[in-house]
Amino acid sequence: MLGLALFLGLVLGVSALAFKVEGDPLVERIDAILPQTQCGQCGYPGCKPYAQAIAAGDADINQCPPGGDTGIRALSDLMGVEYKPLNAEHGLPKPKSVAFIDESLCIGCTLCIQACPVDAILGSAKQMHTVIADECTGCELCLPPCPVDCIEMLTIAETPNNWRWKYPVIPIRTAMFNVDEAPA
Amino acid sequence: MSAMIKFVRHFMQDKSTHNSLINLFKFNGGIHPPQHKSESTLKPIGQLQLPEKLTLPLRQHVGNMPKIKVQVGEHVLKGQMLAEAEGTISAAIHAPTSGFISAIDEQVIPHPSGLPDLCITLTPDGKETWAKLQSTDWRNTDKNQLVTHLRTSGIVGLGGATFPTHIKLRTNANVHTLIINAAECEPYITCDDMLMRERADEIIKGIHIMQYILGAKKCIIGIEDNKAEAIKAMTNACSGAEQSAIEVRVVPTLYPSGDARRLIHLLLGKEIPHDKRSTDDGIQVFNVATVLATYRFFAFGEPSISRIVTMTGNVASPQNFEVLFGTPLQSLVEAAGGAKLNTQHFVMGGPMMGFNLPNAQVPITKAANCIIATSPDLFAEPPQAMPCIRCARCADACPVNLQPQELYWFSKSNNFETARNYHLFDCIECGCCTYVCPSNIPLVQYYRYAKSEIIAADKSANAADLARERNEFRLARIEREKIERAQKHAERARQAKESKTAVSNDEAEQTIASSTFKEPTAIDNKAAINAAIARSEIKKLAAAAAGVMPRNIDNVSPSVQAEITAINELRKETIKSVDLKSPTK
Repeated sequence: MLGLALFLGLVLGVSALAFKVEGDPLVERIDAILPQTQCGQCGYPGCKPYAQAIAAGDADINQCPPGGDTGIRALSDLMGVEYKPLNAEHGLPKPKSVAFIDESLCIGCTLCIQACPVDAILGSAKQMHTVIADECTGCELCLPPCPVDCIEMLTIAETPNNWRWKYPVIPIRTAMFNVDEAPA
Repeated sequence: MSAMIKFVRHFMQDKSTHNSLINLFKFNGGIHPPQHKSESTLKPIGQLQLPEKLTLPLRQHVGNMPKIKVQVGEHVLKGQMLAEAEGTISAAIHAPTSGFISAIDEQVIPHPSGLPDLCITLTPDGKETWAKLQSTDWRNTDKNQLVTHLRTSGIVGLGGATFPTHIKLRTNANVHTLIINAAECEPYITCDDMLMRERADEIIKGIHIMQYILGAKKCIIGIEDNKAEAIKAMTNACSGAEQSAIEVRVVPTLYPSGDARRLIHLLLGKEIPHDKRSTDDGIQVFNVATVLATYRFFAFGEPSISRIVTMTGNVASPQNFEVLFGTPLQSLVEAAGGAKLNTQHFVMGGPMMGFNLPNAQVPITKAANCIIATSPDLFAEPPQAMPCIRCARCADACPVNLQPQELYWFSKSNNFETARNYHLFDCIECGCCTYVCPSNIPLVQYYRYAKSEIIAADKSANAADLARERNEFRLARIEREKIERAQKHAERARQAKESKTAVSNDEAEQTIASSTFKEPTAIDNKAAINAAIARSEIKKLAAAAAGVMPRNIDNVSPSVQAEITAINELRKETIKSVDLKSPTK
């Protein structure tokens, strides 16, 4: 019996070393749900710190406006807690947009470059800056530091390339309603 | 779309006799919608007059947008390349006639969204001057070279999928069987039928080129049994001894036999796994019109500038026309005798899979195989959709062996992950399920909605991954820079220390003197300011003596004068404060 206990203890000890999990898997899983905008609207300096705070129980699951309702639902599923609506204190969800620098006004101060959490702004001192639109998360962190207010957020327009089929809406017809005038 | 699918609810499906089911392998499901093909096959393929302008959308194919090679105002020749293929999957755009580029801007394109996209507008000069064309001696040319050459042709799958043909002809796949898709299973469409009746010889020559490039030993042409004349023409064309490797096989009329995977199943009895391509099994499928375009490119150097389009439905005289790409739909409708008064709108593609066009000005593109003018008589408004009664008729009709009712429930409730797990992306959107649904539910619309939502979610997940990676990299970079800076400082401090100890005694006094000089005191400051003021006074006096006054304070407005006075006051106060501070130090 003692031998078996020692043997199993040894097996457990070795496997604990051999299959050691690096980092906190829960944080990783929360981080995978978060939209990675790195906007800091949740009150934490990025998505990872917010994920760590949720995992540690310090933060609520409804503090991420870009994640929206779907994000909160996914987090409530993962954490096994009750769904709650987005806390409006942290902002409201907005349509996805990207930063745009008016290059005629840019003075090349590099302040926005330092503010960008994903290095999506290209430029250097006294040189014009420009936003790499594909890599911009739309976090708006570059707006406050700009001394000449040359950055604006442009909502991503709908093109045939990113257009989506809409949810089928079936018009309800009543006897009072003229069928010929019903929307198709 | 359901409007079109339901248009013949009251007709009974025709019980056509399927005489030759031998050697055929029927797939599951399928439907028999009324054909409506005879209307547009009465007349031969017609030609259109040159329209006043041609609008060429840059996105006429699957893949990347091509790169524009012309400028506004430039004169181009017929067949000249206007935009070249960019990236692996892309296709070129050519000038359908000679003329001037009048605009490069956003115009409404034939797309279900009805949104505008980048287009090149060409105003024809009426001369139809061809660019220099060069035929290729394909039998004596390297296959890879032929494929590279084909990339400049702009030829895409003309059955409606518009996948660039040069990608499908790449020689690295080990293809043994070439299937020519001439099933044309959707109602109303007859463009391939007419093409085979009139140009069978050229199609056979095109098949030879494709067989040569792919190295395919065998070729089967699959034609539905409702195209008797086309079958005859094709059989005659390949009756020569040389054509023995080409076989015309008649398949029963059943929608959707024209889907590539269904046709492979039908002809060869092979079910291509859903996560594989047909080339993995050594089979490649091309539409007849694509084969013909390929032949004309290699034989005459003609790029893809026109196609056969069926103009049918609620028009005076339905007919097939050879239409230059970019031709406004209106010209085509007029050529077919004009639309009847009760026409509602125009549908591009067939009644099963087509979509409503936003207006009659949109151009004809490479994907436009058929345009149907709709009327309430032809396409009755579908009855009110009722709840799903779980009859599973849709599952019986599904040619891909899916469970459409389950996909419907999951899509309707936005349960996208489950829908994906039920193989939503294997759905070919043929519309059979919608057609048979006794509750008139527009099932395919739900699948399209779910598919585009999933695609959008996948895209944003990829973007989030990229953002995470870049953010982590940035944090690591900032950390690294901090360490590097600290190291640099430490290094500099060490060097300074070393140099200090190295300084000899007789140089020490000098060092001290210089160091005292480097730390200016308040007295020094005051002296410097006074000196600067004195210098500026001298300059001013000298200027006054010379009769020159500073120009910028001539004729100033009262507000600016007040500002100048305020600044002078401030300057005086500063001098005073420096005076006051200096004795305390």
